[in-house]
Amino acid sequence: MSVAVHRLRATRGGIDRGALFVYAVVGVLVLVVGGILVSVVLDAFATSWFGGWLPDGFTDRWFRAAITDFDLPQILLATAFITLAVAAIGLLVGVPAAYVLARRRFRFKGVVQILLLLPLLLPPITYGIPLATMLYEFRLAGTAAGVIVANLVPALPLVVLLLTPFFEQIDPNLERAARVLGASPLRVFTRVLVPLAAPGVLAAALIVIVRALALFELTFLTSGADSTTLVVALYYAAFAPGIRPSQQIDAMAVVYMVTSLALLLAALRFVNPTNMVVRVRR
Amino acid sequence: MSAPAARRDAVQSAPAPARRKRRLDPTLLFIAPAVVLVLGLFVYPFVYGLILSFQPYGEHEADGALGSYLAFFGDPRERLSIWNTLRLAVPATVIDVGLALPLAYRLRRPVPGQRVITALFVIPLTLGTVLIAEGMLQFFGPAGWVNKTLLAFGLVQQPVQFLHNYLGTLISLLISDFPAVFLLLLGYASSIDPALDRAARVLGASWWQRTWRVTLPMLLPGIAVAAALSFVATFSVFPSAVLVGNPAGETRVIAFAAWQAAYEHFDYSLGSAIAIVMGVIELALVGAALSLRAGGYRRMRTEGAR
Repeated sequence: MSVAVHRLRATRGGIDRGALFVYAVVGVLVLVVGGILVSVVLDAFATSWFGGWLPDGFTDRWFRAAITDFDLPQILLATAFITLAVAAIGLLVGVPAAYVLARRRFRFKGVVQILLLLPLLLPPITYGIPLATMLYEFRLAGTAAGVIVANLVPALPLVVLLLTPFFEQIDPNLERAARVLGASPLRVFTRVLVPLAAPGVLAAALIVIVRALALFELTFLTSGADSTTLVVALYYAAFAPGIRPSQQIDAMAVVYMVTSLALLLAALRFVNPTNMVVRVRR
Repeated sequence: MSAPAARRDAVQSAPAPARRKRRLDPTLLFIAPAVVLVLGLFVYPFVYGLILSFQPYGEHEADGALGSYLAFFGDPRERLSIWNTLRLAVPATVIDVGLALPLAYRLRRPVPGQRVITALFVIPLTLGTVLIAEGMLQFFGPAGWVNKTLLAFGLVQQPVQFLHNYLGTLISLLISDFPAVFLLLLGYASSIDPALDRAARVLGASWWQRTWRVTLPMLLPGIAVAAALSFVATFSVFPSAVLVGNPAGETRVIAFAAWQAAYEHFDYSLGSAIAIVMGVIELALVGAALSLRAGGYRRMRTEGAR
């Protein structure tokens, strides 16, 4: 009987008018986003697509053309190098900062916290233009180093924001116990903190990589010929339509899409989806 | 402050030598690289840009220190970019928050498939504005599936011009920004204790009373933050205004004007001036939303005390 009551309650709490509204909005979003993605994929494999509901025929020639025309291997290499470097440096600098913010109280802590949050609240194009101008002055813009430096500005605060609550929920008594039992600070770090923090750090790394891959503005403002990432190359291709057939641009989009979604799938195994957007908390 | 925390504080700050020792806490050095990086790459460029914006370049040099600002606000074409941006950002924010609020409100109690739904919202966020805008060129194009469907059902006689205009940019903003607003609001909505709603129900409050007097006031800070961040994000629209908009005309937005000044006309002073104007407007909005948040909490607390 209790099962029956439970089921009744579950259905009552499940499908109601509000839930139908949820499904309706989600349905429209799925139709639009799904439609966009499917038409991109179909067009990328189309010989041509005039007038019909479906392409006139299928081919893989646009992908082969993209490899030579866009110098795809070079773009993929630059993208991998830049996103991985951003994540690595972001973690290296951000993890200790998050640990200190979670564990210590000090003067001007509020100021430091706001300072480390601000780059996430302002859109990249706003601070990107002065930043790129400054990087040009230092002759860093146009190089991979410049792109990495620019992408660190939102990546580091993201690491701090994601990992501070994570360190807060690790019981400080574990570290104290280890110290009392005679472990050196280094040993506490490698044998207690690192194993406990690893899942959070891994999740933060994946989120930073996914976001760095999609972040257009900063790379667009600072990249040069050999530091162009996938998303910027896609923008340049789509910016000048007519020069290239749409299928070739869409082939590029498919490469970007597959990379991005594969990383997202990996990230979602470790991260709650709501953590993928910035949460302002105090 | 909890009692143990207060005690710890008292113990640490009691004797003077201990306090001096605490100031030299080596752990604090761990945070130094992060602070230096943000100061050098975020705060300093703003200062640099601010100084640069007061050093007009080229034809504006004769107008004195304010030359670049005069060039921006004085030129009707440049000034129009503010209006072009507001025309996109305000409707996009209103639609996003208006649609996301009831959605997040309902999803405080899970519906079947909740996890899949949240995961679906993350996809457009992950793909980003450039891919969405690029994909729209096919899907919303004159021979795309949207126009085909509209024509097939006889809803329109001619293909609708969705692209390279205001409408295309607005659609791309809605697709890119709505999921972010929704997930942000969902975070706030799901952190509300459901016991409050139940308590109000037990005390005889109707659905309207529970919504207006219990849940919405608690959601208000979240709504303010979501609306502010959504506005700031759409206010800085750039790639989609170029790819699916008409950057020479009705979607010549403020970010495009800043980029064009700096990177097409190499007038870094004017580009910085426009970026500073954007930054000041955005900071003011975010600051207002965050302080409203604090005010909201205060008000609720005093009302509760009464």
